[in-house]
Amino acid sequence: MIQVDQVAIVQGNFRLDDVTFDVPEGACYVLMGRSGSGKTTLLEAICGLRPLARGRVFVDDQDVTRMKPAERGIGYVPQDGALFPTMTVRENLGFALRIRKEQVASIAARTSELADLLGIVDLLDRGPDDLSGGEIQRVALGRALAYHPGVLCLDEPFSALDDETREEMHGLMGQVRQATGCTVLFVTHNLRDAETLGDRILKVEGGQVIALDERPPDLVRPAS
Amino acid sequence: MSEKKRVRNVGSDIPFFTAMIGLGAVYVGLVAAMLIADATVASWTDITDALAQREIRYAIWLSLISCTMTTVLSLWVAVPIGYLMSRYEFRGKALVNALLDIPIVLPPLVIGISLLILFQLPVGKFLQDGLGTRIPFMLPAVIIAQFAVACAFAVRTMVASFDRIDPRREQVALTLGCTRAQAFSSVVLPEARPGMVTAATIAWARSLGEFGPILVFAGSLRMRTEVMPTTVFLELSVGNLEGATAVSLIMVTVAVIVLVLARRFGSRRSLA
Repeated sequence: MIQVDQVAIVQGNFRLDDVTFDVPEGACYVLMGRSGSGKTTLLEAICGLRPLARGRVFVDDQDVTRMKPAERGIGYVPQDGALFPTMTVRENLGFALRIRKEQVASIAARTSELADLLGIVDLLDRGPDDLSGGEIQRVALGRALAYHPGVLCLDEPFSALDDETREEMHGLMGQVRQATGCTVLFVTHNLRDAETLGDRILKVEGGQVIALDERPPDLVRPAS
Repeated sequence: MSEKKRVRNVGSDIPFFTAMIGLGAVYVGLVAAMLIADATVASWTDITDALAQREIRYAIWLSLISCTMTTVLSLWVAVPIGYLMSRYEFRGKALVNALLDIPIVLPPLVIGISLLILFQLPVGKFLQDGLGTRIPFMLPAVIIAQFAVACAFAVRTMVASFDRIDPRREQVALTLGCTRAQAFSSVVLPEARPGMVTAATIAWARSLGEFGPILVFAGSLRMRTEVMPTTVFLELSVGNLEGATAVSLIMVTVAVIVLVLARRFGSRRSLA
C-alpha cells in the first residue's frame, strides 16, 4: 500500500500542499489532473526522485520518506518508457536483477517469466529502437516488475498509444495486477484509462489532491 | 460554383541549394587549396628525407604519444565535469563555466606563460619536489601544455553530450536499485560513448596542433620536447620551407588517419 501524509512539494513557483491519500494494498488508484497540475511531480516525489518540503510517504507501512529511490521498492514506469537504449529488451528486463547481483540462471528465468506475462517473447533480442510504442511500454512495465516490487507507479504510460493498443494495454494491466498483486498508482489525463483501470480516482487541482467518490464496483475491472 | 482554386507557385528550390553549396564550397575549397599548395612545395623526396631524419621521427612519435596521453587525461577530467555541469545547478556555476572557457578564449602563448609562472611559484615547486622531477622544458611539460587547452574542448563536448542524454533513464535506474555510481556507469556512460569518442578526437586533434604553449612551457629541444608543430617552426626558422611543408603534410596525413579511424570506431553502435 501507499500512504502519502501531509506532503508538500515546492519547486520554484509551483507548489503542492498538504497532500494526503492512501492507496490500499492491491488497489489501483488513478491520479488525474490538467497538464502542469503536478501529477508527475507528485509521482516522482513518491518514487524518491524529488525532495519533499514537508510530509511523509509510506510504502507497505514502512516510512520511505528519507530513503533513496533504490531502497523504496517502487516499480516506476515513465511516460515514454525510458528504456535503456544501449541494452536489448532482455537486458532491460534483467537490469534490476543484475544490479542485485542475482544468479544468471535466475535472471534468465525471471526474464522469461516476464516476457511470457507481457507477450514480448519474440522481442527479447531486439533493441529499444526497433520497438513500437505499445511494445516499449510492455518492456518498461516488465523492467519495473522484475524485482517483485510491491508498488507500481506509472506516469501516463499509454499517452502516446493508439486506441487499439491502449485497449490491449488495459487488458494487460489487469493481467499484471492479477499476477503480481501490486498496489498501483497510475497517472493519466485520459478518462478511458481512469474508467477502465482505476478503483478510485484522485484529482490534482489547485495544488491539492482531491479524492473523487469511490467508483461503483461494476466499473472496477482489475482483470479482463 | 466556386472559382477554380489557383495553384500557388512557390518557386524553385535551386537558388536555395545554390547559395548553400556555394557558401560551403568556399571553405571546403580553401582547405583543399591549402593542401594542394603544400603539395606543390614539398616533393615526395622531401617527405622521405624528412622521415629519414631521426629528430623528425622522434617528433612524430612524441606527438602521437603525447596527444594520446593528453586525450586520455582530458577524458578522465571532461567526463565528470561535463556530467556535473550538465546535470546540476549550484552556486558559482556561472563562474566555473567562465573558467572552463578561459583556455578556449585565451591566446595560446598566454597559456604557456601562465603555466611557466605557475611552476615557478611555491605550489609548482612543491609539486615538482613531490614528483621528484623538474617539469618546465621537460617531457611532462608537453603533455601539461596540451592538456591545459585540449581538455577545455573535451569538456565543452561532454557537457553538450550529457545535455542530450535524457535524465529520465538515469532516474529509472535509481528506482530499479542503482546507486548514483551504478546508474552513471551502467546507463549514462554507455549512452555517452559517441560523445566521448567525439570529445577524444577533438582533444587529440587540438593537442596535435598545439604549438604556442608547448614552445613557451616545454621549449623546442630536439630529441626531447620537439613535437611536429615545433619541427615545422624549427625547419621554417632555418629557411627550409620544403622540410617544413613536408612535415606539415605528414601531420595532415597522420591526423586524417587517426580521426577517420576514431570516427569509424565511434559511430559503431554498442548494441549488436
